[in-house]
Amino acid sequence: MKEKTIRKSRWMTTIAFIIIIGVTYFSAVITDFNFIEGALTFPAAISWIASNLWITAETWERLPAILTKLNETIFMSIAATTLAAVISLFLGLMGSQTTKVNNIFSVIARFIASFSRNIPVVAWSLILLISFGQNSLTGFLALFVGTLGFLTRAFIETIDEAGHSAVEALQATGATYSHIVSKAVLPQSLPQMLSWILFMIETNIRSATLVGILTGTGIGYTFDMYYKSLNYNAVALVTFTIVITVIIIELISNRIRKVIL
Amino acid sequence: MTLLQVAKLGKSYDSQTQVLKDVSFTVEAGEFVSVIGPSGAGKSTLLRCINRMVEINHGKILFDERDVGSLKKKDLRKLRTDIGMVFQHYNLVPRLTVIENVLHGRFGYKNTVQGVLGRFTEEEKEQAFYLLDKLGIAEHAYKRCDQLSGGQQQRVGICRALIQDPKLILCDEPIASLDPNSSTVIMDHLQSITKELGITCIVNLHQVEVAQSYSDRIIGLRKGEVVFDGRSALLLEEQINHIYGTKQRELITV
Ligand SMILES: Nc1ncnc2c1ncn2[C@@H]1O[C@H](COP(=O)(O)OP(=O)(O)OP(=O)(O)O)[C@@H](O)[C@H]1O
Ligand SMILES: [Mg+2]
Repeated sequence: MKEKTIRKSRWMTTIAFIIIIGVTYFSAVITDFNFIEGALTFPAAISWIASNLWITAETWERLPAILTKLNETIFMSIAATTLAAVISLFLGLMGSQTTKVNNIFSVIARFIASFSRNIPVVAWSLILLISFGQNSLTGFLALFVGTLGFLTRAFIETIDEAGHSAVEALQATGATYSHIVSKAVLPQSLPQMLSWILFMIETNIRSATLVGILTGTGIGYTFDMYYKSLNYNAVALVTFTIVITVIIIELISNRIRKVIL
Repeated sequence: MTLLQVAKLGKSYDSQTQVLKDVSFTVEAGEFVSVIGPSGAGKSTLLRCINRMVEINHGKILFDERDVGSLKKKDLRKLRTDIGMVFQHYNLVPRLTVIENVLHGRFGYKNTVQGVLGRFTEEEKEQAFYLLDKLGIAEHAYKRCDQLSGGQQQRVGICRALIQDPKLILCDEPIASLDPNSSTVIMDHLQSITKELGITCIVNLHQVEVAQSYSDRIIGLRKGEVVFDGRSALLLEEQINHIYGTKQRELITV
């Protein structure tokens, strides 16, 4: 019996493998992508990266300017995430089955969640670019809108998962809605919510670079500027600082997560 | 003194099925009443009508001279402070401590600000510790509830109901998730609540034997109708078969 299931799962793996190869082959044919040609450009690309994307001694002089821009980006991401989190908390409470006050608000909250979440941040910045122009408000709003959708969805699920049972018990004691939310729902779901907020801060610092290229703000603008002026050494330094920042932020939030969960 | 009077109570969640039909009975203050019946008979629904966790469709419930069905929001809160509730799955906030969960029972007496800020008086805290001690779990007061065994969590649930200073406690299958030893402990506590504190108890039970040995009176529900209402001693094989239907009865005892 046991061996049979193992053999069966082996078969499944083989079949899945064949299907994946087949799909890859067909998509390559359809898109005219040539594996061999693609592979041949690799050595050339790598040697270009090796010879151009170097941080030279003189580029280090640009570090303070780069760090200022990076700071701007980090703070914009944190600000956009925090503001979105506050509003998402409200929408999450409205959208969850356990804490909704009525069906209309619940539907509205869920609609906002899926509407803003299903449009990628890059698309949001392009849309907002038309109405707000190239400034930091556009970048902020693009991150904010995407985060709002994601966090609302995550918060609704977190509250739903925390369950209805304690809410029911407190209703039966005569507790009010605000008692129930502040003393039963939030204490139970807050750690998970904070974890989502940290995740969004990480994500937003990454996306902020891309959004910055489009909206001409923050570290993305710096990247774009050096890139267009063919100063590849500076591009390398910018990339390097972004990578380091993302790693540090990730380490910090992992530490925080460990404490709260 | 009559504490609770249920008259021709009818309840349905949708238009097709009538969950409770014409249910009538009275409960005297200080009684210990068990409600038994097969799964789906409407036992939980009946309890939830009494503190209006679900709306009543037909008939009338009088609790302590108040018409439960017609109470407005504020009076409904007041009513609920007088009725404690104990659940099969304890329904505590797992991440909070035992003492915090017990004090939740006082929210019915608090306004929004007091409740949100968690302002509890010294007497309330003393009372909470007194109750925990009485139920033998004072040593766990500062533990998180998800670190407690099922039997201990149920005792926290009972403390939360008791600190409300209720006139009536509704228990919806309080021992259905517990092992025999913890079940005995819980049932003994519920019995002493009625005997010593004079608080009326209505307990939904699956086990007929438990109902017989603990309660003054048993109400048998079948398909939403009261088919037995009398002293425990009067519940004989014949009546039990009538409540459960002969065949299901065998399945339940085995
Ligand atoms: N919230 C609800 N919405 C719709 N139908 C419900 C709801 N709660 C209960 N019912 C239905 O009402 C009937 C009685 O349910 P109830 O939970 O009162 O029975 P019970 O006697 O407590 O059963 P059990 O012993 O399994 O707990 C069932 O048919 C159930 O499907
Ligand atoms: Mg039930």
